[in-house]
Amino acid sequence: MIFASNLRKSFPVKSGADVEAVKGIDLQVARGESFGFLGPNGAGKSSTMRMIACVSPRSSGQLSILGLDPELDGVRIRGRLGVVPQQDNLDDELTVRENLIVYGRYFGISRAECRRRAVELLEFAQLVEKAETKVETLSGGMKRRLTIARSLINDPELLLLDEPTTGLDPQARHVLWDRLFRLKHQGVTLVVTTHYMDEAEQLCDRLVVMDGGKIVAHGSPAELIAAHSSREVLELRFRPGAQDAAQQRVEGLVERIEVLPDRLLLYTDDGDITLNDVQALGLRPSTTLVRRSTLEDVFLRLTGRSLVD
Amino acid sequence: MVFASASRSPATTTGGRYLVWEYLVRCWRRYLLSSLAEAVGTPLLYLLALGVGLGSLIDSGPDPAALGGISYLDYIAPALLVAAAVQVAVGESSYPAYSRFKWSRVFWGVTATPVTPAQVCEGEVLFIATRMAAGSSLYYLVLLAFGAAGGASGVLMIPVAMLTGLACGVWVLALGARMRSEGGAFNVLFRFVIVPMTLFSGSFFPITEMPLAVRWLAWISPLWHGNELARGAALGGLGFWPAVGHLVYLLALLTVGVVVARRCYRVRLIV
Repeated sequence: MIFASNLRKSFPVKSGADVEAVKGIDLQVARGESFGFLGPNGAGKSSTMRMIACVSPRSSGQLSILGLDPELDGVRIRGRLGVVPQQDNLDDELTVRENLIVYGRYFGISRAECRRRAVELLEFAQLVEKAETKVETLSGGMKRRLTIARSLINDPELLLLDEPTTGLDPQARHVLWDRLFRLKHQGVTLVVTTHYMDEAEQLCDRLVVMDGGKIVAHGSPAELIAAHSSREVLELRFRPGAQDAAQQRVEGLVERIEVLPDRLLLYTDDGDITLNDVQALGLRPSTTLVRRSTLEDVFLRLTGRSLVD
Repeated sequence: MVFASASRSPATTTGGRYLVWEYLVRCWRRYLLSSLAEAVGTPLLYLLALGVGLGSLIDSGPDPAALGGISYLDYIAPALLVAAAVQVAVGESSYPAYSRFKWSRVFWGVTATPVTPAQVCEGEVLFIATRMAAGSSLYYLVLLAFGAAGGASGVLMIPVAMLTGLACGVWVLALGARMRSEGGAFNVLFRFVIVPMTLFSGSFFPITEMPLAVRWLAWISPLWHGNELARGAALGGLGFWPAVGHLVYLLALLTVGVVVARRCYRVRLIV
């Protein structure tokens, strides 16, 4: 579905040298796969997505989408894609149903067929009751579901989702994930960018971790965790001011410690044993938590920074 | 998602502009009544105040032949019709078109489909032409009611007004595509370009009344060329070659404007 080799994107800046947003990445996404780009803001995820969506010409390198070259066949490729942009661009003045119909028309779908598909999509997006409501009155989560429904109106072979749940409350996110999960099971190829590791774990069979315009790791979520983190993590929080002293004393207990502003992360195969060790040292953290390693830990390991600043 | 009635739709390549037009007409339906009421109400007010009110003063003035032997109402009626079309075109190409880049971001959604930025621009142009066609036709009917629509060829004021409006509007579309701000440039445009242009383009008095030193301002003004053509259509008295000259000027402004606006849309939407 997607093939990229040494793909680069740079933007001209008025004051001097070009800014390189994507610095030579290689990718391959197969039909039916759910593929993710995980990385913090500014990692080059959205720039990559826009190149895949054929609305941003590549600066250099190779790129092929659905076996076609975006530079030559942008129109044909876009006709077979579904795009969920980072920022909603629905028409607030039109109703939910009208937004679906209008969008379908851009793909050259007949009015009657657009109306039929809109009915199915309203169902899918759980917006049947809101069909005749103006979009401006919808909640953030509903708008997002409508944007996803809209992206399906042309029955796309490849669905591109740029930060699908950013800015939504936890419940709205779960509803959305459920909808995307259904699509995945219907065999739609999904490509997702996110800076939420839980989203990446939920949705992606395979993902790449991006940082500073480069791919720093790739694999399935489980593979990435196995390769770049320990099985468990012990989180220790201390009273304000007490963390520095504690840090020096726990250093030796495990191979790797990450220091965050508000807590220490101790990477270990068995969190409970490590917690016993900590307590044996006479340390009394204000809270402790033993948890599984996540992609957040992978990211911390690979870049020395957390995903969400 | 597999639809019950699934048949993969062919990608559009040429129809995009009509689909964008279709969308804009759908949006227009939301304020259709108010926009049509305005299209009738505004001429009524202007014709009563300027044509009948001010006109009675002017027509009984010391030199009844100053306007070539016609009443003031007849004199300004064609210019009012053209000015109204320019008003619609410039209005529609400014904030409403700009908001589709800046606030609602609708254009970014459209160009994620097979529709191209140039087609989005052309769709805007077609829509503005449609709005002006409706507005100018209504204006013409009001002029008919006032007996100020000239002879049968006065109906040509409608295409003349549309041409003049578009020749201005496409440049405003281009400006909008290049703007990043909250729209302040439009206010400057209205105050320092559109209003002076309306006042000094031979709409309310012949430009021969202006000092030679500033008369060139009227000559470059698309509205003056439109006024001359519209007046010629309604009242006659415009020579063949001057008419061709006015038409060529407006057509050139429109053609170059469309090319520039399409380019600006592409630069804005494809980054």
